[in-house]
Amino acid sequence: MPAPIRLRELIRTIRTARTQAEEREMIQKECAAIRSSFREEDNTYRCRNVAKLLYMHMLGYPAHFGQLECLKLIASQKFTDKRIGYLGAMLLLDERQDVHLLMTNCIKNDLNHSTQYVQGLALCTLGCMGSSEMCRDLAGEVEKLLKTSNSYLRKKVTLCAVHVIRKVPELMEMFLPATKNLLSEKNHGVLHTSVVLLTEMCERSPDMLAHFRKLVPQLVRILKNLIMSGYSPEHDVSGISDPFLQVRILRLLRILGKGDDDSSEAMNDILAQVATNTETSKNVGNAILYETVLTIMDIKSESGLRVLAINILGRFLLNNDKNIRYVALTSLLKTVQTDHNAVQRHRSTIVDCLKDLDVSIKRRAMELSFALVNGNNIRGMMKELLYFLDSCDPEFKADCASGVFLAAEKYAPSKRWHIDTIMRVLTTAGSYVRDDSVPNLIQLITNSVEMHAYTVQRLYKALLDDISQQPLVQVASWCIGEYGDLLVSGQCEEEEPIQVTEDEVLDVLEGLLVSNLSTPVTRGYALTAIMKLSTRFTSVNRIKKVVSIYGSSIDVELQQRAVEYNALFKKYDHMRNGFHLSLLMIINFRFFVVLSSFKMVQVCLSCLCVVPILQANDLLDLLGGNDVVPVIQNTVSTKPASAGGELLDLLGDLSLSGIPPMTAYNKNGLKIDFTFERANPNPNIAVITIHASNSTEADMTDFVFQAAVPKTFQLQLLSPSSNVVPALNQGTVTQVIRVLNPQKQQLRMRIKLTYTHKGSAVQDLAEVNNFPPQSWQ
Amino acid sequence: MIKFVLMVNRQGQTRLSRYYHPVELSRRAALEADVVRCCLSRKKDQCSFVEYKDFKLVYRQYAALYIVVGITDSENELSIYELVHNFVEVLDKYFSRVVSLNRVKNSWIQCQGVCRSLKHLK
Repeated sequence: MPAPIRLRELIRTIRTARTQAEEREMIQKECAAIRSSFREEDNTYRCRNVAKLLYMHMLGYPAHFGQLECLKLIASQKFTDKRIGYLGAMLLLDERQDVHLLMTNCIKNDLNHSTQYVQGLALCTLGCMGSSEMCRDLAGEVEKLLKTSNSYLRKKVTLCAVHVIRKVPELMEMFLPATKNLLSEKNHGVLHTSVVLLTEMCERSPDMLAHFRKLVPQLVRILKNLIMSGYSPEHDVSGISDPFLQVRILRLLRILGKGDDDSSEAMNDILAQVATNTETSKNVGNAILYETVLTIMDIKSESGLRVLAINILGRFLLNNDKNIRYVALTSLLKTVQTDHNAVQRHRSTIVDCLKDLDVSIKRRAMELSFALVNGNNIRGMMKELLYFLDSCDPEFKADCASGVFLAAEKYAPSKRWHIDTIMRVLTTAGSYVRDDSVPNLIQLITNSVEMHAYTVQRLYKALLDDISQQPLVQVASWCIGEYGDLLVSGQCEEEEPIQVTEDEVLDVLEGLLVSNLSTPVTRGYALTAIMKLSTRFTSVNRIKKVVSIYGSSIDVELQQRAVEYNALFKKYDHMRNGFHLSLLMIINFRFFVVLSSFKMVQVCLSCLCVVPILQANDLLDLLGGNDVVPVIQNTVSTKPASAGGELLDLLGDLSLSGIPPMTAYNKNGLKIDFTFERANPNPNIAVITIHASNSTEADMTDFVFQAAVPKTFQLQLLSPSSNVVPALNQGTVTQVIRVLNPQKQQLRMRIKLTYTHKGSAVQDLAEVNNFPPQSWQ
Repeated sequence: MIKFVLMVNRQGQTRLSRYYHPVELSRRAALEADVVRCCLSRKKDQCSFVEYKDFKLVYRQYAALYIVVGITDSENELSIYELVHNFVEVLDKYFSRVVSLNRVKNSWIQCQGVCRSLKHLK
């Protein structure tokens, strides 16, 4: 059999392959040759064959048949054999193959070998792929070697010890005595690995951490020597002496100084020194500065140092290098909660980063900008953010739009500004806006009574321009339905009033119904809007015609509505005016159920259809009828507690289940707890009772609790026990929420609280995500 | 902590790979292809750090060769960036001209040995 080809030849041959298939063929041929060579137990060429096998393994081809051969090589006496054998073991074997245990004895012998290079090989392998059994067996040997004075070996042993500790944490105690004089080494390699070992020990055990705190002065001294020492060719990287070691030491200092005042104080000087003396012209210097900043932020440093750190980050932001800007933005995001004012100073630079070309930088800048928005800078920031929303990629638009809405709600300087901002978002990023924002917007518009005329006018103009953005269209059609009379009468204080006739308005709405761009939800909105206009406009016949056309529509939802509306026209024409008022009242009702955008309008409608059965005069009965049969898809809002009780009876008795209560909201003295029950017989319904308590000294009056859930859920809010939360926890307000979760998805809820406290109105939004899993499974 | 080191050429072929965490052979090819696709599609003026699944990638281009290092979240990206350059300089000194792929491949064993030294920063 001719001598097997050398690795070089193999590589050259494979490189000549032009297609994947050709390469595969060559490799298979070579594998066959190697296999037969292994079978012949050829000692001379085993090393060469295994090397080739390892190369093929790296390219992605299976090489498991070489595992035993690696073991044979390790057992051989020649260094070249051992070297390939150990390399093979590291690449091919790991603790999942039982074969690896056979290596233990070989490694043990080699750890005590006379040549340091062989010892080094064994240590490397053990430190790379040693399983917990191997580590346990050989830990004693490793510990013995830690005391050696040979620096070549010492650094390898230390690394091996790190691996042993990772695999078998209980053995950490064993290595403790050997760490005594680890830091007094001169050799940087050993120093570096020692710091790694100390870091690993401190991270894993708080006792070790406390024990090693006394090393802080020594570490500070080593770091100082590194900075102050002159040029040393061995350790120089672009003018800085051993930056990798500096970074490691800084990281260890961070771990040691966290939460401890004394250590933090001992470090203050050296951190300031590093921060000011490090040269920043090259990336190396910046890497060290970055680590320093992270350390300053984490330990209990004095405020001067913190300001220095944030200024460094600010300088990073102005740097031309993208990497450094990215790193700065990431760190600023971490610190913005704690050092808000200091970060505010760099706001303009951060806002400039929004215009950067790099995607990661833009995302970071956006998140940071939202974190920096406050009452003072809201106008300026919003301008920039809206400009960003216009020009950014689609992946950002949803997040940016939600962020803008949240910020606007919190800090809007005036209602008009708020509505303008919302309109701007809807017109630019309308299709990316989240579904639940439509009802929120509608409620916001309803609440700003004086802006109705202005709002409806602007929305109408927007509709004329563009009907493709569904959320915009939905909000606009709702508004036109509600305030169409204001639109036609042309009263508007804020803006130049436009002259619109009833027919033009109806044209637009009919256009929506017919257009291909409208989703079924939007069509529903448009139809309802047209219907509402029947009480406000005079051209009732046209509306009647439109409505009757849709009585035979294919879309079931639309058809149902149209049929019901038709019924109103035919039989209960005299009551139609009453609905005008009732619709307004329902929406402004305190006991407002915020369902998904689609269902909200339908709720009002199905309530209205009950009217013929009851007396139209008694508006309260309208909503609390016993005759209402609750079909799951049309949940009904109930007002008086008694009617609510009967409704509960209709749905069966409740059975308590062992779901733990949770606190959903706790801020400014107002605490809201949720307790859970399961409704029988329908296990998909979770009944949540909220208990609102007030620990401040003044009562909270006009307390309103509202909730919204994602579209796959349905929510029913029953009436609260009262709307005054007495002070000093003297009593609680309870309210029952029923959530239907047919798809058993994770329950999330957004709650809105409004109340009057000490004379001023308070409003707050919160997201509740910490529902116990049993409540929605 | 470093999870893996890859050296890939422009066509996406792996020239050198070293994993510091056990990864199935079958998953390696998919992982390498995905990572490389991520890095190769980035333009010159974008930053060298990419967030990929639950760890970060630091990549650096040297002529036709891309060196990609996968690191955990807690690692200092700038320092790893510097390390990659250091690695390349060492290879350069040892084999005199890293760009020449032949040399890298022919002395592949020595390369793996140098990779071993990266354990320092594992």
